Amino acid sequence: MTEPLLQVENLRVTFTGQGRPVRAVDGVSYRVYPGQTLAIVGESGSGKTVSCRAVMGLLPSAATIAGSARFAGTQLIGLTDDQLRRHRGADVAMVFQDPTRSLNPTMRIGGQIAEAVRAHRPVTKAHAREQAVELLRLVRIPLPERRCTEYPHQLSGGMRQRVMIAIALACRPRLLIADEATTALDVTTQAQIMELLLELQAELRMTLLLISHDLGLAASYADEVIVMYAGRIVEQAPATLLFSRVRMPYTQALLEAIPRLERPAHSPLPVIGGRPPDLSALPTGCSFAPRCRHAADDCRAAGPPLAEHEPGHRWACWHPVSQGGSGGMGPPGKDRKT
Amino acid sequence: MTPNEPLLTVRDLVHEFRTTSGIVHAVSGVSFDVIPGETLGIVGETGSGKSTLARAVLQAPRPTSGSVIFRGMDLTRLHGTRLLQARRHLQMVFQDPFGSLDPKWVVRDLVEEPLIAYRAGGRAARRQRVSEVLELVGLDPAAHGRRRPRELSGGQAQRVAIARAIALNPALIICDEPVSSLDVLIQAQVLNLFERLRTELGLSYLFIAHDLALVKQVSDRVAVMYLGKLCEAGPGETVYREPLHPYTRALLDSIPSTDPKDPAAPRASATISGEPPSPVHPPSGCRFRTRCPRAQDICAAEEPAMRELAAGHTVACHFPLVEAARTTARSEEIEETPR
Repeated sequence: MTEPLLQVENLRVTFTGQGRPVRAVDGVSYRVYPGQTLAIVGESGSGKTVSCRAVMGLLPSAATIAGSARFAGTQLIGLTDDQLRRHRGADVAMVFQDPTRSLNPTMRIGGQIAEAVRAHRPVTKAHAREQAVELLRLVRIPLPERRCTEYPHQLSGGMRQRVMIAIALACRPRLLIADEATTALDVTTQAQIMELLLELQAELRMTLLLISHDLGLAASYADEVIVMYAGRIVEQAPATLLFSRVRMPYTQALLEAIPRLERPAHSPLPVIGGRPPDLSALPTGCSFAPRCRHAADDCRAAGPPLAEHEPGHRWACWHPVSQGGSGGMGPPGKDRKT
Repeated sequence: MTPNEPLLTVRDLVHEFRTTSGIVHAVSGVSFDVIPGETLGIVGETGSGKSTLARAVLQAPRPTSGSVIFRGMDLTRLHGTRLLQARRHLQMVFQDPFGSLDPKWVVRDLVEEPLIAYRAGGRAARRQRVSEVLELVGLDPAAHGRRRPRELSGGQAQRVAIARAIALNPALIICDEPVSSLDVLIQAQVLNLFERLRTELGLSYLFIAHDLALVKQVSDRVAVMYLGKLCEAGPGETVYREPLHPYTRALLDSIPSTDPKDPAAPRASATISGEPPSPVHPPSGCRFRTRCPRAQDICAAEEPAMRELAAGHTVACHFPLVEAARTTARSEEIEETPR
């Protein structure tokens, strides 16, 4: 087996401030292999973004980070800002949800990309400009020379996100983290950006980490999927396995709650009550137990560990969804043609 | 009013506004009906004009031209108190519940406000009604009634906005992206609430959103909007199974599915390139032609008229996907037979 590019072990992130400490990430471990596309999915507050920002050293000082995150063998947790800066951009780059907030509105597109190029490599201004045009061409932006002279407000949302990807690719990172990178985009633009990311991944032999609330996006584009709830990983499997043999009741609840084209109109969506727990006062036992149809006394007594119960399929549940016999409760397929 | 007479009839609705860069053609001649008890879904992407359309129906602000006949009255011709009275039965729910609720007010007062505005009953009757509608939307009047918006979750705040909308017993509620800001589990709860209220109160909805799967889930009929115009409309199931407009097809193909990845069933794909042109300079003829894989010369020269190709299924396209749909159906039959 090849070495993982990123290996996260028992990552814990606690925010301390006024009041009780908030445990945003609680013992998260995963590996990302070179060339792979890993998706981390979860609702707001599940810890999916915080866990990645902790690895990147992008959390405020109120966050206490423990555990280990090795990137190509180098321990990232505990590095100083200066040391981390060398890895950010060059080894790992990130693309965020809102390109308008990441781009400088008063600076031309070309200048912003050139700045990213020069931040990591000692090249001349002229060379950096040439690189900017090349990068815009790489992300399939038509007329890259002209686009370089334009300001962010002159571009559409999809084009701005392409510019953000160009900036992220400036130093040819080995790992690209896309944090809800297509969430603000229309569905047709999202499909274009996802196709671009997968093409670039193959072209540049990059590893992709997708962070999203959208299970459909994970199912459609990822090789491996991690589902997080209340700061923990509750299920992980290759995408094909996860969506055909879901075992964790929380993942199942998420899948069933999505409106699907195949569902008849006005059919009630299966829902679960309640809300995710308060991360400063987590219940003993499984955090999902108060909302779970399968919950029993043992769930409330002790939290189930995340373990590999079937080859490649990890889940943290004492009473998983049964998948024996006639397919169980798997989601219906996208069978538009039938 | 007879049961089949439309509750809402919108004809040739146009909404344009002036900006420094020119006239924005936000809504350019949209026509549709909503019959009593029906949910009409309108799906459109950013810049399609769907939110402007919602506001133009409400006369807030007034559209540039066209008619909006609600319960037999043309709202575009009503003013002052008469417009206010006509609008009593036409309510709206927006995307951001926190934006539509005054942060300083408590829930009970927020829900009572429309009742006061329309002088609906005495104080005791109003308070009774507030408790009733809070229970209808699944909130506990005792527990939630004294809270302020910031003490509510997103789902609870949207329930308060819905309680305000139904307090006056409206006939039609216009919902503009009402669940887009909610996480999927809460979104499902609120969608189920909309459905329950529809059957319990006999409501009709004009349900506007960018998510075709979500719109189809709650709607009897679905209309697809692109750059200020409707390009296709029909029963939700038909639009999904046999889309006629190339844009509808592209929308359907772009939706990622949670179906396990199967080499035979391709992933969501980008079937159209580029992005919608500016509504300041919409293309001549068919507005979708600049991105359409089927476009010919006629598409630039002549605007396609909306025509009915199957029962209740209309499309505005010179080259609708009828033949494509038939061919696919045939080839699948052939594939299926040997098994």
